[in-house]
Amino acid sequence: MSRSSANLAATPDKAAIRPRTKRKLAPIGAPPADVSIAEEVGTGFLELAGTLGGMFVLAGRIIARVFTLRIDREELMRNLYKMGVKSAPIVIVTALFTGALVVIQAAPLVVRLGAHGLLGWAAGFGILREIAPLLTALMINGRVGANNTAELGTMVVTEQIDALRVLAIDPIAFLIAPRFIAMVVTLFLSAIFSDALALLGAAYGGYGLLGVEPRTFYNGMTLGLLGVNDVLSGLIKSVIFGIVMGLSSCHYGLSVKGGAPGVGKAVNATVVTSAAGIFVVDYFVSFTLN
Amino acid sequence: MRTAPSPESAAADTNQEDTSPDPDLDPPFTQLVGREALNLLQTALELSSVFVRTLFYCVRGRPDSKAVMFQMFEIGNRSLVFLTVVMGFIGMILVLQGGLQLSRILPEFSMVGASYLELMVRDLAATIGALMLATRVGAGIAAEIGSMVVTEQIDALQMCAADPIDYLVKPRFIASIVMTVTLIVWVTAVSFLTGSLTAYAMFDVSLKTFFNLQLIDKGDLIVGLSKCLAYGAAIPIVSAHSGLTTHGGSEGVGWATTRAVVNTSLAIIMLDLLLSVLGYLIFGP
Repeated sequence: MSRSSANLAATPDKAAIRPRTKRKLAPIGAPPADVSIAEEVGTGFLELAGTLGGMFVLAGRIIARVFTLRIDREELMRNLYKMGVKSAPIVIVTALFTGALVVIQAAPLVVRLGAHGLLGWAAGFGILREIAPLLTALMINGRVGANNTAELGTMVVTEQIDALRVLAIDPIAFLIAPRFIAMVVTLFLSAIFSDALALLGAAYGGYGLLGVEPRTFYNGMTLGLLGVNDVLSGLIKSVIFGIVMGLSSCHYGLSVKGGAPGVGKAVNATVVTSAAGIFVVDYFVSFTLN
Repeated sequence: MRTAPSPESAAADTNQEDTSPDPDLDPPFTQLVGREALNLLQTALELSSVFVRTLFYCVRGRPDSKAVMFQMFEIGNRSLVFLTVVMGFIGMILVLQGGLQLSRILPEFSMVGASYLELMVRDLAATIGALMLATRVGAGIAAEIGSMVVTEQIDALQMCAADPIDYLVKPRFIASIVMTVTLIVWVTAVSFLTGSLTAYAMFDVSLKTFFNLQLIDKGDLIVGLSKCLAYGAAIPIVSAHSGLTTHGGSEGVGWATTRAVVNTSLAIIMLDLLLSVLGYLIFGP
């Protein structure tokens, strides 16, 4: 391989990559050398603090609009349709697959203990409390959260938000609060939906793989070991995931800087932040609720 | 359907699905289903084409170790902190929930560690780690390639008789396979550690009892590692496909990113089910 073609290969690559994936000020090409660790850690913490602070301020503003009922109803409906109804196929597929997966993973436990009657309980517990809300949130995060940021970011970049302000329309009441509420409602409803579908997938997955009749499966669920608490804990979680996702996607969307590439960066940052936030919050909620 | 898509205000109109002339109102259901099925088939064909060409260039293409190293840094090192944090929390969550679950039927926790380690090695470490990697890496790949498409850099490459798959997808593919396996092994260790500490703090399971590897057999390891390989291959292929099919300017890039994340996650979940079933059938429970 000649040297010149190797250079050719590297050039278009880097030239296009640099402006897009870079998030800090340090040049990507040789990052470890010129930024000290202390500086990097410090920058990271400052950024984190800035983001969290921004989200809390945004939350305060949204809450103020919600309690005074200054929300644009049409926009709310539109977003509910776009986020909720249009995500239904993904939620359905994810939930069915997840249910079957949980059964496969619970199979060793069941086979080892020889307790086929407990399969419903074991899978049900995992699905209702943890897996269904979590995976639904992750899928919706990828679809809705990213799209929301891209939409808001484009509006910011093309100065449509400023235009709203000029027209004396409150952008938070008109754009942000409806999206936030739509996202929370979407997650809550999708969680209910995916709970049911995942249990269905689990029942038939168990029938296909382990030969456990769906009836036995549902009997196992209703033995008394599972209660309303398990369902509620999953639903509370999904509402909180919705709050995390809504806040982070709106925050990143509104704080887009630097034109179209900035939108791409913001989308990436939203998805990553929401996913990390979902897991962190999940732990604390699980810890608090038990 | 009373909230059927009203004419989107020009302001809110960045959503590609909604700009196509009202798909949801008139056509009969069969038409909708048929169209979706055809789309799905076409996507599958395109994906397999990208995959096969990538494999071909891995064997016959130009060796480009510099780009591969750069992508390894981008995919691996830059995801390290994110994955470590997430999987650390996953370890704590799983042990906490599993312990609560077991405490309802079993009086003691001596097998919590062994079952947890088996579950992590066989499935959850690879799957959840890859889902996280897909959100971070997949979105990045789709955004990069998508913006190259939009700014016609891909066309420029093709004008130079260079296949974008060889120049752009292949390095990411190799880097992603290597780094996914590496990262998953690392985050499995992290989640073992946080899980064991949680078990120690919440359920008084000593670290020695927790690190009980007797349930992990060859089958678990093979299934887990083949999952890592499959996810590592799927992430760049699916998201590069989303990037390459970008159209419609900078908003299209946003859409490509979204599609990349969703499709990659779906691909991971499907591969997970496929490989789990295969593993179950081959190696038993």
